Amino acid sequence: MSTPNASGNVLLTHAVGLHARPSVKLTKLAKTFGASIDIAPGPDGPWIDAKSIVRVMGAKVPQGAYLHFRAVGQDAAAAVAALIGLVERDFDDTPADAASG
Amino acid sequence: MIPPPTPQAVEHRGRPAAPGVAAGPLVRLDRTVARRKASNDPRKECEDLRAAVAAAIAEICELAGKVGGDGADILEFQIAMLEDDVLIAPALDRISAGSDAVSAWTAALAAQIADYEATEDDYFRARSADLRDIGDRIVRHLAGEAEAATPEGAVLAGEDVTPSRFLSVDWSKGGGLALRAGSPSSHVAMLARSRGVPMVVALGAIDLDGHATVIVDGDAGLVVLSPGEREWAAFRTARATSEARGAREAEAAMKPAKTADGVAVSVMINVADPDELDRLDPAISDGVGLVRSEFLFHGPAGLPDEEAQYRAYRRILEWAAPKPVVIRTLDAGGDKPIDGLTIDGESNPFLGTRGIRLSLAKPEIFKVQIRAILRAAVHGNAKVMLPMVTVPDEIDAAAALFDEAMHDLIEAGAACRMPPLGIMVEVPAVAVAPALFARAAFFSIGSNDLTQYVTASARDIAAVAALNDPAHPAVMSLIANVVRVGREIGRDVSLCGDMGGDPAHLPALVAAGLRTVSVAPPLVGRAKLAIAAIGAAP
Repeated sequence: MSTPNASGNVLLTHAVGLHARPSVKLTKLAKTFGASIDIAPGPDGPWIDAKSIVRVMGAKVPQGAYLHFRAVGQDAAAAVAALIGLVERDFDDTPADAASG
Repeated sequence: MIPPPTPQAVEHRGRPAAPGVAAGPLVRLDRTVARRKASNDPRKECEDLRAAVAAAIAEICELAGKVGGDGADILEFQIAMLEDDVLIAPALDRISAGSDAVSAWTAALAAQIADYEATEDDYFRARSADLRDIGDRIVRHLAGEAEAATPEGAVLAGEDVTPSRFLSVDWSKGGGLALRAGSPSSHVAMLARSRGVPMVVALGAIDLDGHATVIVDGDAGLVVLSPGEREWAAFRTARATSEARGAREAEAAMKPAKTADGVAVSVMINVADPDELDRLDPAISDGVGLVRSEFLFHGPAGLPDEEAQYRAYRRILEWAAPKPVVIRTLDAGGDKPIDGLTIDGESNPFLGTRGIRLSLAKPEIFKVQIRAILRAAVHGNAKVMLPMVTVPDEIDAAAALFDEAMHDLIEAGAACRMPPLGIMVEVPAVAVAPALFARAAFFSIGSNDLTQYVTASARDIAAVAALNDPAHPAVMSLIANVVRVGREIGRDVSLCGDMGGDPAHLPALVAAGLRTVSVAPPLVGRAKLAIAAIGAAP
């Protein structure tokens, strides 16, 4: 990825980490943006494609990790802001449906 | 049903994973060995693989529409995985290199499965089952096999079962699961419990060949292959008992517990993981009598930070509010070691640095938990109890840390509240002389550890397990002593060990004056029924 147009990080507080349901939500949201978006469990990577559920789940990010985002493209800033927002809102998970997380 | 004449009935014991009893035709879960003729044309192989993936996605979408709820979430994840080209790319590469579609797909997925299986995190490791599920489905499509229909009321038996296989069965007509492997904490076990499908796991290398009918007893963890007359009679009795008891327990769980002679007893629940609460109606309990906070300390990310703990405690408090939630501070050590926290190599960990001893020895870690509790306490009716207290000074030392953290939080402008600080009564020194511990706001008897320390016998050492009897008169007399002294000095006394949910012990506990027990959630109904029978005319 060339120099990112936007980047940011957020503490992953979801009760069980970046599991199936949160990963599905995150990749679905990422795909709504034209920018290419990378995600990493630390500031030094490894950077993975935020639009690939296989890669995002494969990273097996536990709760308590800082998720780092970087994006390149027209809507890069909006993409990073939206993804951080999703994590901050705990993936819009209600306690009632977090069990199968 | 007519019992088959042969072969001989065989009984196997496993672990109960979902309660209830079921019987029906045996349906083998063994993986289909799909046969497909390879075309030797890489382009055709790639096309077939893509077509199989598309067909599988359509099939899972249809299934997801039918099942709904938590089952649909698992399927939605599988769909997202299949829609991701990254999953298929390595298989396409293998085909280009000369492999056929089935071998390429199987090998590519095996690498992914191995990667998940190598993880320490239980959750991520369990996702290997989802990948196997996806893998099998694609192979079936490549081979042009339709999913085998499961007859009504069938008992699925084999190595393990995939979530989509489980969800493809209409369980409303009965049926059950008998697995050689599997775990009570698997996704499928969770689904089986919530759908009332009897399930036994960990049966070991049992031989299913030649058997056509199975009985599954999910209460006893028992599986009977090819039952005979005698086993059918036992099954009918067990089913009638299980159904009647399940219905009575479910009904009793929703009502306050009261003995036949009118004594009210509070029944609370023990909680380890906040996720357990999602399927529970708060109305079944009088609150949470024990939060085993050590559950938070076993994650792959190491020790939980303040935020993670705060969220977990807050979620439990909000679930129970306005009923009380008793958070036990970290009870590590003994049989609950935690990497990087408990002290390795102690000659006798049960008599070593565990419970409050460990927390006071590691104040920097204890203070993180204290801050999280103080902040969460504003969201409900929180109480705190200290495990393994042996001398009153430990309460004072802990209270000083709570005061200090409270002061810091107020200084920082954080919302916080000081909950009442009670203690576990599990060290005999406290049970013998509870009046010395009046500094505690309440007492909660930990009958498991108390029994083990009073009888000097561990229940996980088979040779002495029989000595580990909570009904030992010495244990009962200490419990009665704690209840009596608690009443004299005005401290509430509850009990949160296994005996509190055991119908065999409840009469003696209530007779000793105990009025609050805290039990595992599935035992609430059973405990309330046992309480209702106390004092009834024989």
